[in-house]
Amino acid sequence: MSIDDKTAAHVAKLARIKVEEDALPALAQEFNNILGFIEQLNEVDVEGVEPMVSVTPMRLKRRADEVTDGGMPERILANAPDAREGFFAVPKVVE
Amino acid sequence: MTELTRLTIAEARDALRKGETTSLEITEACLGAIEGAGALNAFVHNTPEIARDQAKAADERQQGRDEALAMNGIPLGIKDLFCTKGVPSQAASRILEGFKPEYESTVTQQLFDAGSVMLGKLNMDEFAMGSSNETSVYGDVVNPWKVDGRALTPGGSSGGSASAVAADLCLAATGTDTGGSIRQPAAFVGITGLKPTYGRVSRWGVVAFASSLDQAGPMCKSVRDCAIMLGAMAGHDPKDSTSADLAVPDFEAALTGDIRGKKIGIPKEYRMEGMPPEIEALWADGAAMLRDAGAEIVDISLPHTKYALPAYYVIAPAEASSNLARYDGVKYGHRAQMAQGDGITEMYEKTRAEGFGAEVQRRVMIGTYVLSAGFYDAYYNRARRVRALIKKDFEDVFAQGVDAILTPATPSAAFGLGEMADADPVQMYLNDVFTVTVNLAGLPGISVPAGLDKQGLPLGLQLIGRPWEEGDLLNTAYSLESAAGFVEKPAKWW
Repeated sequence: MSIDDKTAAHVAKLARIKVEEDALPALAQEFNNILGFIEQLNEVDVEGVEPMVSVTPMRLKRRADEVTDGGMPERILANAPDAREGFFAVPKVVE
Repeated sequence: MTELTRLTIAEARDALRKGETTSLEITEACLGAIEGAGALNAFVHNTPEIARDQAKAADERQQGRDEALAMNGIPLGIKDLFCTKGVPSQAASRILEGFKPEYESTVTQQLFDAGSVMLGKLNMDEFAMGSSNETSVYGDVVNPWKVDGRALTPGGSSGGSASAVAADLCLAATGTDTGGSIRQPAAFVGITGLKPTYGRVSRWGVVAFASSLDQAGPMCKSVRDCAIMLGAMAGHDPKDSTSADLAVPDFEAALTGDIRGKKIGIPKEYRMEGMPPEIEALWADGAAMLRDAGAEIVDISLPHTKYALPAYYVIAPAEASSNLARYDGVKYGHRAQMAQGDGITEMYEKTRAEGFGAEVQRRVMIGTYVLSAGFYDAYYNRARRVRALIKKDFEDVFAQGVDAILTPATPSAAFGLGEMADADPVQMYLNDVFTVTVNLAGLPGISVPAGLDKQGLPLGLQLIGRPWEEGDLLNTAYSLESAAGFVEKPAKWW
Protein backbone atom coordinates (compact mmCIF):
# COMPACT_ATOMS: atom_id res chain seq x y z
CA MET A 1 0.00 0.00 0.00
CA SER A 2 1.56 3.27 -1.07
CA ILE A 3 0.21 6.67 -0.16
CA ASP A 4 0.41 9.38 -2.80
CA ASP A 5 0.09 13.14 -2.36
CA LYS A 6 -3.61 13.02 -3.07
CA THR A 7 -4.26 10.48 -0.33
CA ALA A 8 -2.08 12.46 2.09
CA ALA A 9 -4.14 15.56 1.33
CA HIS A 10 -7.34 13.60 1.91
CA VAL A 11 -6.12 12.29 5.28
CA ALA A 12 -5.08 15.81 6.34
CA LYS A 13 -8.55 17.03 5.38
CA LEU A 14 -10.24 14.26 7.38
CA ALA A 15 -8.04 15.10 10.38
CA ARG A 16 -8.82 18.82 9.96
CA ILE A 17 -5.16 19.78 9.86
CA LYS A 18 -4.07 22.29 7.24
CA VAL A 19 -1.09 21.00 5.28
CA GLU A 20 0.44 23.22 2.60
CA GLU A 21 0.62 21.80 -0.90
CA ASP A 22 4.43 21.74 -0.96
CA ALA A 23 4.56 19.75 2.30
CA LEU A 24 2.49 16.87 0.92
CA PRO A 25 5.25 14.78 -0.72
CA ALA A 26 7.30 14.64 2.51
CA LEU A 27 4.18 13.82 4.51
CA ALA A 28 3.22 11.04 2.11
CA GLN A 29 6.76 9.63 2.42
CA GLU A 30 6.51 9.63 6.24
CA PHE A 31 3.16 7.86 6.08
CA ASN A 32 4.66 5.25 3.79
CA ASN A 33 7.57 4.61 6.15
CA ILE A 34 5.28 4.18 9.14
CA LEU A 35 2.77 2.07 7.24
CA GLY A 36 5.64 -0.07 5.94
CA PHE A 37 6.55 -0.76 9.56
CA ILE A 38 2.93 -1.56 10.40
CA GLU A 39 2.66 -3.97 7.43
CA GLN A 40 4.54 -6.56 9.53
CA LEU A 41 1.21 -7.29 11.18
CA ASN A 42 0.19 -9.10 8.01
CA GLU A 43 2.63 -11.90 8.94
CA VAL A 44 0.55 -12.84 11.98
CA ASP A 45 -2.09 -15.56 11.74
CA VAL A 46 -5.14 -13.92 13.32
CA GLU A 47 -7.65 -16.47 12.08
CA GLY A 48 -10.40 -16.91 14.66
CA VAL A 49 -8.96 -14.26 17.03
CA GLU A 50 -11.45 -11.64 18.22
CA PRO A 51 -10.25 -8.02 18.17
CA MET A 52 -9.56 -6.92 21.74
CA VAL A 53 -12.25 -4.65 23.15
CA SER A 54 -11.11 -4.33 26.74
CA VAL A 55 -7.73 -5.24 28.19
CA THR A 56 -9.17 -6.18 31.59
CA PRO A 57 -11.94 -8.75 31.64
CA MET A 58 -14.38 -6.69 33.66
CA ARG A 59 -17.76 -5.19 33.14
CA LEU A 60 -17.73 -1.40 33.04
CA LYS A 61 -19.30 0.16 36.10
CA ARG A 62 -22.72 1.62 35.60
CA ARG A 63 -24.62 4.17 37.62
CA ALA A 64 -28.13 5.48 37.83
CA ASP A 65 -29.00 7.71 34.86
CA GLU A 66 -29.42 10.95 36.72
CA VAL A 67 -27.91 14.42 36.77
CA THR A 68 -24.94 14.53 39.17
CA ASP A 69 -23.30 17.76 38.16
CA GLY A 70 -23.99 20.92 36.19
CA GLY A 71 -25.35 24.46 36.43
CA MET A 72 -21.98 26.11 35.89
CA PRO A 73 -21.98 27.80 32.46
CA GLU A 74 -19.39 30.40 33.50
CA ARG A 75 -16.91 27.70 34.46
CA ILE A 76 -17.60 25.75 31.27
CA LEU A 77 -16.93 28.87 29.19
CA ALA A 78 -14.03 30.15 31.28
CA ASN A 79 -11.37 28.81 28.91
CA ALA A 80 -13.09 29.52 25.60
CA PRO A 81 -11.12 31.65 23.10
CA ASP A 82 -14.40 33.40 22.25
CA ALA A 83 -17.52 33.21 24.41
CA ARG A 84 -20.50 35.53 24.24
CA GLU A 85 -23.76 35.72 26.15
CA GLY A 86 -23.32 32.29 27.68
CA PHE A 87 -22.36 30.54 24.45
CA PHE A 88 -19.22 29.41 22.63
CA ALA A 89 -18.78 31.72 19.64
CA VAL A 90 -17.69 30.32 16.26
CA PRO A 91 -17.71 31.55 12.66
CA LYS A 92 -21.03 31.31 10.85
CA VAL A 93 -21.90 27.63 10.30
CA VAL A 94 -25.33 27.87 8.66
CA GLU A 95 -25.96 30.26 5.75
CA MET B 1 20.34 14.48 58.16
CA THR B 2 21.12 14.41 54.44
CA GLU B 3 20.38 17.41 52.32
CA LEU B 4 16.60 17.87 52.43
CA THR B 5 15.99 17.67 48.67
CA ARG B 6 17.79 14.33 48.51
CA LEU B 7 15.39 12.64 50.91
CA THR B 8 13.22 9.78 49.77
CA ILE B 9 9.51 9.90 50.56
CA ALA B 10 10.02 7.27 53.27
CA GLU B 11 12.93 9.17 54.87
CA ALA B 12 11.06 12.47 54.78
CA ARG B 13 7.95 10.88 56.25
CA ASP B 14 9.95 9.44 59.14
CA ALA B 15 11.81 12.69 59.75
CA LEU B 16 8.56 14.67 59.71
CA ARG B 17 6.89 12.27 62.12
CA LYS B 18 9.84 12.53 64.49
CA GLY B 19 9.72 16.32 64.23
CA GLU B 20 13.29 16.50 62.88
CA THR B 21 12.26 18.80 60.07
CA THR B 22 9.15 20.44 58.66
CA SER B 23 7.38 20.17 55.35
CA LEU B 24 7.97 23.88 54.85
CA GLU B 25 11.73 23.40 55.23
CA ILE B 26 11.79 20.56 52.70
CA THR B 27 9.49 22.49 50.38
CA GLU B 28 11.67 25.63 50.55
CA ALA B 29 14.75 23.51 49.81
CA CYS B 30 13.02 22.04 46.74
CA LEU B 31 11.81 25.46 45.54
CA GLY B 32 15.40 26.69 45.84
CA ALA B 33 16.71 23.70 43.90
CA ILE B 34 14.11 24.32 41.16
CA GLU B 35 15.16 28.00 40.95
CA GLY B 36 18.73 26.91 40.34
CA ALA B 37 17.90 24.23 37.78
CA GLY B 38 16.59 26.27 34.86
CA ALA B 39 19.16 24.59 32.61
CA LEU B 40 17.34 21.27 32.97
CA ASN B 41 14.03 22.80 31.81
CA ALA B 42 12.16 20.21 33.90
CA PHE B 43 9.70 22.48 35.75
CA VAL B 44 7.65 24.65 33.39
CA HIS B 45 4.96 26.16 35.64
CA ASN B 46 6.10 26.73 39.21
CA THR B 47 3.50 26.94 41.97
CA PRO B 48 5.46 28.16 45.02
CA GLU B 49 2.43 29.78 46.66
CA ILE B 50 0.36 26.61 46.48
CA ALA B 51 3.38 24.64 47.70
CA ARG B 52 3.95 26.87 50.75
CA ASP B 53 0.26 26.83 51.68
CA GLN B 54 0.08 23.06 51.39
CA ALA B 55 3.34 22.63 53.33
CA LYS B 56 2.09 24.85 56.18
CA ALA B 57 -1.16 22.90 56.30
CA ALA B 58 0.82 19.66 56.39
CA ASP B 59 2.96 20.94 59.25
CA GLU B 60 -0.15 21.90 61.21
CA ARG B 61 -1.61 18.45 60.63
CA GLN B 62 1.59 16.82 61.72
CA GLN B 63 1.31 18.40 65.14
CA GLY B 64 -2.29 17.39 65.40
CA ARG B 65 -4.08 14.10 65.01
CA ASP B 66 -3.70 13.46 61.28
CA GLU B 67 -0.14 12.26 61.34
CA ALA B 68 -1.09 9.04 59.61
CA LEU B 69 -1.64 10.69 56.21
CA ALA B 70 0.53 8.62 53.87
CA MET B 71 2.19 11.47 52.01
CA ASN B 72 1.87 14.26 54.54
CA GLY B 73 4.12 17.18 53.64
CA ILE B 74 5.89 15.45 50.75
CA PRO B 75 6.77 17.90 47.91
CA LEU B 76 6.05 16.50 44.44
CA GLY B 77 6.33 17.55 40.82
CA ILE B 78 3.25 16.98 38.65
CA LYS B 79 3.45 16.10 34.96
CA ASP B 80 1.81 18.76 32.79
CA LEU B 81 -0.63 16.09 31.50
CA PHE B 82 -2.58 16.22 34.79
CA CYS B 83 -5.29 18.86 35.05
CA THR B 84 -4.68 20.95 38.14
CA LYS B 85 -7.30 23.47 39.16
CA GLY B 86 -6.40 27.05 38.29
CA VAL B 87 -2.85 26.05 37.28
CA PRO B 88 -1.75 25.87 33.63
CA SER B 89 -2.16 22.32 32.32
CA GLN B 90 -1.32 22.20 28.66
CA ALA B 91 0.15 18.76 27.95
CA ALA B 92 3.23 20.60 26.63
CA SER B 93 1.18 21.67 23.60
CA ARG B 94 0.63 25.05 22.03
CA ILE B 95 -2.98 24.12 21.42
CA LEU B 96 -3.69 24.25 25.18
CA GLU B 97 -1.88 27.56 25.69
CA GLY B 98 -3.53 29.50 28.48
CA PHE B 99 -5.74 26.60 29.58
CA LYS B 100 -6.41 26.63 33.31
CA PRO B 101 -8.67 23.75 34.32
CA GLU B 102 -11.71 24.46 36.44
CA TYR B 103 -11.26 21.08 38.09
CA GLU B 104 -8.64 18.82 39.67
CA SER B 105 -7.63 15.42 38.28
CA THR B 106 -8.51 12.50 40.53
CA VAL B 107 -4.84 11.53 40.93
CA THR B 108 -3.69 14.98 42.05
CA GLN B 109 -6.73 15.35 44.30
CA GLN B 110 -5.94 12.01 45.95
CA LEU B 111 -2.30 13.00 46.38
CA PHE B 112 -3.38 16.28 47.99
CA ASP B 113 -5.86 14.41 50.20
CA ALA B 114 -2.94 12.23 51.29
CA GLY B 115 -1.09 15.40 52.36
CA SER B 116 1.24 15.98 49.38
CA VAL B 117 2.61 19.35 48.33
CA MET B 118 2.67 20.45 44.65
CA LEU B 119 5.82 22.32 43.62
CA GLY B 120 4.77 22.86 40.00
CA LYS B 121 4.12 21.30 36.63
CA LEU B 122 6.67 19.25 34.76
CA ASN B 123 7.75 19.28 31.14
CA MET B 124 6.96 16.33 28.88
CA ASP B 125 6.61 15.37 25.24
CA GLU B 126 3.61 17.04 23.60
CA PHE B 127 0.48 15.03 24.50
CA ALA B 128 2.89 12.35 25.81
CA MET B 129 3.90 11.49 22.25
CA GLY B 130 7.64 11.02 22.17
CA SER B 131 10.55 9.13 23.69
CA SER B 132 13.08 11.94 24.11
CA ASN B 133 11.18 14.98 25.40
CA GLU B 134 12.01 16.84 22.22
CA THR B 135 8.40 17.39 21.04
CA SER B 136 7.45 19.78 23.88
CA VAL B 137 6.27 23.32 23.21
CA TYR B 138 8.40 24.31 26.23
CA GLY B 139 11.59 23.00 24.58
CA ASP B 140 13.77 19.98 25.39
CA VAL B 141 14.29 18.68 28.90
CA VAL B 142 17.94 17.95 29.71
CA ASN B 143 19.08 14.84 31.56
CA PRO B 144 21.02 15.72 34.74
CA TRP B 145 23.48 12.94 33.82
CA LYS B 146 26.37 14.27 31.75
CA VAL B 147 29.46 12.30 30.77
CA ASP B 148 30.89 14.46 27.98
CA GLY B 149 30.03 17.75 26.29
CA ARG B 150 26.68 16.48 25.04
CA ALA B 151 23.30 17.39 26.50
CA LEU B 152 21.46 14.08 26.87
CA THR B 153 17.78 13.29 26.67
CA PRO B 154 16.03 12.23 29.89
CA GLY B 155 13.77 10.04 27.73
CA GLY B 156 10.09 10.59 27.29
CA SER B 157 7.36 11.26 27.50
CA SER B 158 7.70 11.84 31.28
CA GLY B 159 11.12 13.47 30.76
CA GLY B 160 10.52 16.43 33.07
CA SER B 161 9.42 14.09 35.86
CA ALA B 162 12.49 11.91 35.38
CA SER B 163 14.93 14.80 35.25
CA ALA B 164 13.39 16.54 38.28
CA VAL B 165 13.49 13.45 40.50
CA ALA B 166 17.02 12.45 39.43
CA ALA B 167 18.29 16.00 40.03
CA ASP B 168 16.65 16.16 43.49
CA LEU B 169 14.35 19.06 42.60
CA CYS B 170 11.45 17.19 44.21
CA LEU B 171 11.07 14.03 46.28
CA ALA B 172 9.00 12.24 43.64
CA ALA B 173 6.82 12.99 40.62
CA THR B 174 3.77 11.76 38.78
CA GLY B 175 4.22 10.24 35.36
CA THR B 176 2.01 8.62 32.77
CA ASP B 177 2.81 5.63 30.61
CA THR B 178 1.13 4.75 27.30
CA GLY B 179 3.97 2.77 25.68
CA GLY B 180 6.85 3.17 28.13
CA SER B 181 6.67 6.84 29.12
CA ILE B 182 7.34 6.20 32.83
CA ARG B 183 9.76 3.27 32.56
CA GLN B 184 12.03 4.44 29.72
CA PRO B 185 12.76 7.90 31.23
CA ALA B 186 13.18 6.35 34.69
CA ALA B 187 15.84 4.04 33.22
CA PHE B 188 17.57 6.93 31.40
CA VAL B 189 18.06 8.93 34.61
CA GLY B 190 18.61 6.16 37.16
CA ILE B 191 15.35 6.33 39.12
CA THR B 192 12.46 3.90 39.74
CA GLY B 193 9.22 4.17 37.78
CA LEU B 194 6.08 2.06 38.03
CA LYS B 195 3.30 1.66 35.48
CA PRO B 196 0.38 0.08 37.36
CA THR B 197 -2.12 -2.43 35.98
CA TYR B 198 -4.54 -0.76 33.54
CA GLY B 199 -7.47 0.40 35.68
CA ARG B 200 -5.56 0.63 38.98
CA VAL B 201 -5.33 4.44 38.80
CA SER B 202 -8.09 6.77 37.62
CA ARG B 203 -7.54 8.51 34.31
CA TRP B 204 -10.08 11.23 35.11
CA GLY B 205 -8.57 14.67 34.54
CA VAL B 206 -5.48 13.27 32.82
CA VAL B 207 -5.30 14.64 29.27
CA ALA B 208 -6.07 11.59 27.13
CA PHE B 209 -3.62 10.20 24.56
CA ALA B 210 -4.64 6.56 23.96
CA SER B 211 -7.35 5.70 26.44
CA SER B 212 -6.98 1.91 26.34
CA LEU B 213 -3.25 2.16 27.10
CA ASP B 214 -2.78 5.28 29.29
CA GLN B 215 -2.02 4.73 32.94
CA ALA B 216 -0.57 7.11 35.53
CA GLY B 217 2.07 6.02 38.02
CA PRO B 218 4.79 7.13 40.44
CA MET B 219 8.37 8.09 39.52
CA CYS B 220 10.53 7.93 42.65
CA LYS B 221 13.95 7.53 44.20
CA SER B 222 13.26 4.02 45.50
CA VAL B 223 10.94 1.03 45.20
CA ARG B 224 9.55 1.76 48.67
CA ASP B 225 8.63 5.28 47.57
CA CYS B 226 6.80 3.85 44.54
CA ALA B 227 4.83 1.60 46.90
CA ILE B 228 3.89 4.51 49.17
CA MET B 229 2.95 6.85 46.33
CA LEU B 230 1.02 4.21 44.35
CA GLY B 231 -1.11 3.62 47.43
CA ALA B 232 -2.06 7.31 47.43
CA MET B 233 -2.73 7.44 43.67
CA ALA B 234 -4.70 4.21 43.25
CA GLY B 235 -8.33 3.27 43.76
CA HIS B 236 -11.73 3.16 42.20
CA ASP B 237 -13.10 6.40 40.82
CA PRO B 238 -16.75 6.67 39.76
CA LYS B 239 -15.65 9.30 37.23
CA ASP B 240 -13.53 6.76 35.30
CA SER B 241 -15.61 3.74 34.32
CA THR B 242 -12.44 1.78 33.46
CA SER B 243 -10.98 2.21 36.93
CA ALA B 244 -11.19 -1.05 38.81
CA ASP B 245 -13.46 -1.41 41.80
CA LEU B 246 -10.86 -3.33 43.77
CA ALA B 247 -9.48 -2.71 47.23
CA VAL B 248 -6.11 -0.97 47.29
CA PRO B 249 -3.74 -3.15 49.31
CA ASP B 250 -0.95 -1.80 51.53
CA PHE B 251 1.78 -1.96 48.89
CA GLU B 252 4.51 -0.95 51.32
CA ALA B 253 3.62 -3.85 53.62
CA ALA B 254 4.31 -6.20 50.69
CA LEU B 255 8.01 -5.24 50.75
CA THR B 256 9.42 -8.13 52.74
CA GLY B 257 12.37 -8.69 50.42
CA ASP B 258 11.62 -12.41 50.55
CA ILE B 259 11.27 -13.80 47.01
CA ARG B 260 12.24 -17.40 47.77
CA GLY B 261 10.39 -19.81 45.51
CA LYS B 262 9.21 -17.11 43.13
CA LYS B 263 9.41 -18.02 39.47
CA ILE B 264 11.02 -15.34 37.28
CA GLY B 265 10.69 -15.69 33.50
CA ILE B 266 13.37 -14.61 31.02
CA PRO B 267 11.71 -14.12 27.61
CA LYS B 268 13.95 -15.21 24.76
CA GLU B 269 12.27 -12.84 22.29
CA TYR B 270 13.66 -9.84 24.20
CA ARG B 271 17.18 -10.82 23.16
CA MET B 272 17.20 -8.40 20.26
CA GLU B 273 19.69 -8.44 17.47
CA GLY B 274 22.26 -5.69 17.89
CA MET B 275 21.56 -5.31 21.61
CA PRO B 276 24.60 -3.72 23.31
CA PRO B 277 26.62 -6.37 25.21
CA GLU B 278 26.45 -4.20 28.35
CA ILE B 279 22.67 -4.46 28.41
CA GLU B 280 22.84 -8.19 27.81
CA ALA B 281 25.31 -8.47 30.72
CA LEU B 282 23.16 -6.30 33.01
CA TRP B 283 20.18 -8.51 32.24
CA ALA B 284 22.15 -11.65 33.11
CA ASP B 285 23.41 -10.00 36.32
CA GLY B 286 19.83 -9.12 37.28
CA ALA B 287 18.73 -12.72 36.78
CA ALA B 288 21.66 -13.91 38.90
CA MET B 289 20.74 -11.49 41.70
CA LEU B 290 17.17 -12.78 41.79
CA ARG B 291 18.43 -16.38 41.72
CA ASP B 292 20.78 -15.66 44.63
CA ALA B 293 17.80 -14.24 46.51
CA GLY B 294 16.07 -17.60 46.18
CA ALA B 295 13.97 -17.16 43.05
CA GLU B 296 13.80 -19.78 40.32
CA ILE B 297 14.84 -18.43 36.90
CA VAL B 298 13.07 -20.01 33.94
CA ASP B 299 13.33 -19.43 30.19
CA ILE B 300 10.01 -18.43 28.68
CA SER B 301 8.67 -17.48 25.27
CA LEU B 302 6.41 -14.56 24.37
CA PRO B 303 6.13 -15.36 20.67
CA HIS B 304 4.27 -12.25 19.47
CA THR B 305 6.70 -9.73 21.02
CA LYS B 306 8.00 -8.63 17.61
CA TYR B 307 4.53 -7.44 16.62
CA ALA B 308 3.91 -5.29 19.68
CA LEU B 309 5.39 -2.06 18.31
CA PRO B 310 3.60 -2.23 14.94
CA ALA B 311 0.31 -3.04 16.73
CA TYR B 312 0.93 -0.13 19.10
CA TYR B 313 1.55 2.26 16.19
CA VAL B 314 -1.90 1.45 14.86
CA ILE B 315 -3.86 1.41 18.12
CA ALA B 316 -2.28 4.40 19.88
CA PRO B 317 -2.56 6.80 16.92
CA ALA B 318 -6.12 5.58 16.22
CA GLU B 319 -7.19 6.39 19.76
CA ALA B 320 -5.20 9.63 19.72
CA SER B 321 -6.88 10.83 16.53
CA SER B 322 -10.22 10.37 18.25
CA ASN B 323 -9.18 11.85 21.61
CA LEU B 324 -7.48 14.87 20.05
CA ALA B 325 -10.53 15.71 17.93
CA ARG B 326 -11.67 17.81 20.88
CA TYR B 327 -8.98 20.44 20.20
CA ASP B 328 -10.91 22.55 17.75
CA GLY B 329 -10.28 26.11 18.88
CA VAL B 330 -13.75 26.42 20.37
CA LYS B 331 -13.80 25.20 23.96
CA TYR B 332 -10.32 25.98 25.29
CA GLY B 333 -6.80 26.84 24.30
CA HIS B 334 -5.47 28.27 21.07
CA ARG B 335 -7.58 29.52 18.16
CA ALA B 336 -5.89 30.59 14.92
CA GLN B 337 -6.33 34.06 13.43
CA MET B 338 -8.75 33.78 10.57
CA ALA B 339 -8.61 35.36 7.14
CA GLN B 340 -11.44 37.14 5.36
CA GLY B 341 -14.01 34.60 4.24
CA ASP B 342 -12.74 31.75 6.43
CA GLY B 343 -15.48 29.47 7.74
CA ILE B 344 -15.50 26.99 10.58
CA THR B 345 -13.59 24.30 8.64
CA GLU B 346 -10.73 26.73 7.96
CA MET B 347 -10.78 27.67 11.63
CA TYR B 348 -10.39 24.03 12.66
CA GLU B 349 -7.69 23.32 10.09
CA LYS B 350 -5.59 26.39 10.85
CA THR B 351 -6.00 26.05 14.60
CA ARG B 352 -4.87 22.42 14.57
CA ALA B 353 -2.00 23.08 12.14
CA GLU B 354 -0.71 25.88 14.40
CA GLY B 355 -1.53 24.23 17.70
CA PHE B 356 -0.17 20.72 17.20
CA GLY B 357 3.54 20.00 16.72
CA ALA B 358 4.91 17.79 13.96
CA GLU B 359 4.87 14.47 15.85
CA VAL B 360 1.34 14.99 17.14
CA GLN B 361 0.12 15.92 13.65
CA ARG B 362 1.81 12.83 12.23
CA ARG B 363 0.16 10.51 14.75
CA VAL B 364 -3.28 12.11 14.44
CA MET B 365 -3.12 11.69 10.67
CA ILE B 366 -1.85 8.07 10.85
CA GLY B 367 -4.69 7.35 13.26
CA THR B 368 -7.18 9.01 10.95
CA TYR B 369 -5.90 6.90 8.07
CA VAL B 370 -6.05 3.52 9.86
CA LEU B 371 -9.61 4.27 11.00
CA SER B 372 -10.81 5.54 7.63
CA ALA B 373 -13.32 3.68 5.48
CA GLY B 374 -11.70 0.79 3.66
CA PHE B 375 -8.72 0.47 6.01
CA TYR B 376 -10.39 -0.05 9.37
CA ASP B 377 -10.36 -3.83 9.07
CA ALA B 378 -6.95 -4.15 7.46
CA TYR B 379 -5.18 -1.99 10.04
CA TYR B 380 -7.20 -1.25 13.14
CA ASN B 381 -9.04 -4.54 13.57
CA ARG B 382 -5.95 -6.55 12.66
CA ALA B 383 -3.92 -4.65 15.27
CA ARG B 384 -6.57 -5.35 17.90
CA ARG B 385 -6.42 -9.06 17.04
CA VAL B 386 -2.63 -9.05 17.38
CA ARG B 387 -3.05 -7.24 20.68
CA ALA B 388 -5.26 -10.10 21.90
CA LEU B 389 -2.46 -12.54 20.96
CA ILE B 390 0.16 -10.46 22.78
CA LYS B 391 -1.98 -10.51 25.91
CA LYS B 392 -2.45 -14.27 25.55
CA ASP B 393 1.34 -14.75 25.40
CA PHE B 394 1.53 -13.30 28.91
CA GLU B 395 -1.50 -15.23 30.18
CA ASP B 396 0.13 -18.44 29.00
CA VAL B 397 3.37 -17.88 30.92
CA PHE B 398 1.51 -16.75 34.05
CA ALA B 399 -0.56 -19.95 33.77
CA GLN B 400 2.73 -21.87 33.83
CA GLY B 401 3.36 -20.42 37.27
CA VAL B 402 5.62 -17.51 36.35
CA ASP B 403 5.32 -14.72 38.96
CA ALA B 404 7.26 -12.00 37.18
CA ILE B 405 9.25 -11.42 34.00
CA LEU B 406 12.69 -9.80 33.88
CA THR B 407 13.78 -7.78 30.82
CA PRO B 408 16.00 -4.81 30.04
CA ALA B 409 14.08 -1.53 30.36
CA THR B 410 15.51 0.10 27.23
CA PRO B 411 17.63 -0.97 24.26
CA SER B 412 20.28 1.68 25.03
CA ALA B 413 21.38 4.25 27.61
CA ALA B 414 20.30 7.90 27.20
CA PHE B 415 21.29 9.39 23.84
CA GLY B 416 22.14 12.97 22.92
CA LEU B 417 19.42 15.55 22.36
CA GLY B 418 19.11 16.18 18.63
CA GLU B 419 20.91 12.97 17.66
CA MET B 420 17.71 11.42 16.34
CA ALA B 421 16.54 14.56 14.55
CA ASP B 422 17.23 13.21 11.07
CA ALA B 423 16.23 9.64 11.84
CA ASP B 424 13.08 8.01 10.57
CA PRO B 425 10.27 8.35 13.18
CA VAL B 426 10.25 4.53 13.37
CA GLN B 427 13.82 4.60 14.78
CA MET B 428 12.59 6.71 17.69
CA TYR B 429 9.66 4.35 18.23
CA LEU B 430 12.12 1.46 18.84
CA ASN B 431 12.96 3.00 22.23
CA ASP B 432 9.77 1.41 23.56
CA VAL B 433 10.47 -2.07 22.23
CA PHE B 434 10.75 -3.64 25.73
CA THR B 435 8.02 -1.62 27.42
CA VAL B 436 5.16 -1.40 24.94
CA THR B 437 4.04 -5.03 25.31
CA VAL B 438 3.12 -4.28 28.92
CA ASN B 439 0.67 -1.52 27.94
CA LEU B 440 -0.90 -3.66 25.23
CA ALA B 441 -1.48 -6.43 27.79
CA GLY B 442 -2.60 -4.03 30.56
CA LEU B 443 0.02 -5.36 33.00
CA PRO B 444 2.02 -3.66 35.75
CA GLY B 445 5.69 -2.99 34.96
CA ILE B 446 8.49 -1.35 36.90
CA SER B 447 11.87 -0.01 35.86
CA VAL B 448 14.61 -0.35 38.48
CA PRO B 449 18.06 1.27 38.09
CA ALA B 450 20.60 -1.53 38.07
CA GLY B 451 23.98 -0.23 36.94
CA LEU B 452 26.05 2.13 34.84
CA ASP B 453 27.30 1.55 31.31
CA LYS B 454 30.94 2.09 30.40
CA GLN B 455 30.32 5.78 29.69
CA GLY B 456 28.94 6.12 33.21
CA LEU B 457 25.25 6.41 32.28
CA PRO B 458 22.50 4.61 34.19
CA LEU B 459 20.79 1.50 32.84
CA GLY B 460 17.55 -0.01 34.09
CA LEU B 461 15.96 -3.42 34.29
CA GLN B 462 12.23 -3.97 33.91
CA LEU B 463 10.09 -6.38 35.90
CA ILE B 464 6.63 -7.24 34.59
CA GLY B 465 4.00 -8.60 36.98
CA ARG B 466 0.65 -10.31 36.96
CA PRO B 467 -2.42 -8.06 36.70
CA TRP B 468 -3.35 -6.42 40.03
CA GLU B 469 -0.27 -7.91 41.72
CA GLU B 470 1.65 -4.65 42.09
CA GLY B 471 2.46 -5.61 45.69
CA ASP B 472 4.20 -8.81 44.64
CA LEU B 473 5.89 -7.01 41.73
CA LEU B 474 7.15 -4.25 44.02
CA ASN B 475 8.52 -6.87 46.41
CA THR B 476 10.50 -8.55 43.61
CA ALA B 477 11.71 -5.10 42.51
CA TYR B 478 12.69 -4.37 46.13
CA SER B 479 14.80 -7.52 46.19
CA LEU B 480 16.44 -6.56 42.88
CA GLU B 481 17.04 -3.01 44.14
CA SER B 482 18.70 -4.28 47.33
CA ALA B 483 20.95 -6.66 45.39
CA ALA B 484 21.88 -4.15 42.66
CA GLY B 485 22.70 -1.48 45.25
CA PHE B 486 22.46 1.37 42.74
CA VAL B 487 23.22 4.57 44.67
CA GLU B 488 24.87 6.73 42.02
CA LYS B 489 23.65 10.28 41.48
CA PRO B 490 24.44 12.66 38.64
CA ALA B 491 27.21 15.17 39.45
CA LYS B 492 25.70 18.66 39.62
CA TRP B 493 26.65 20.83 36.61
CA TRP B 494 23.47 22.88 36.19
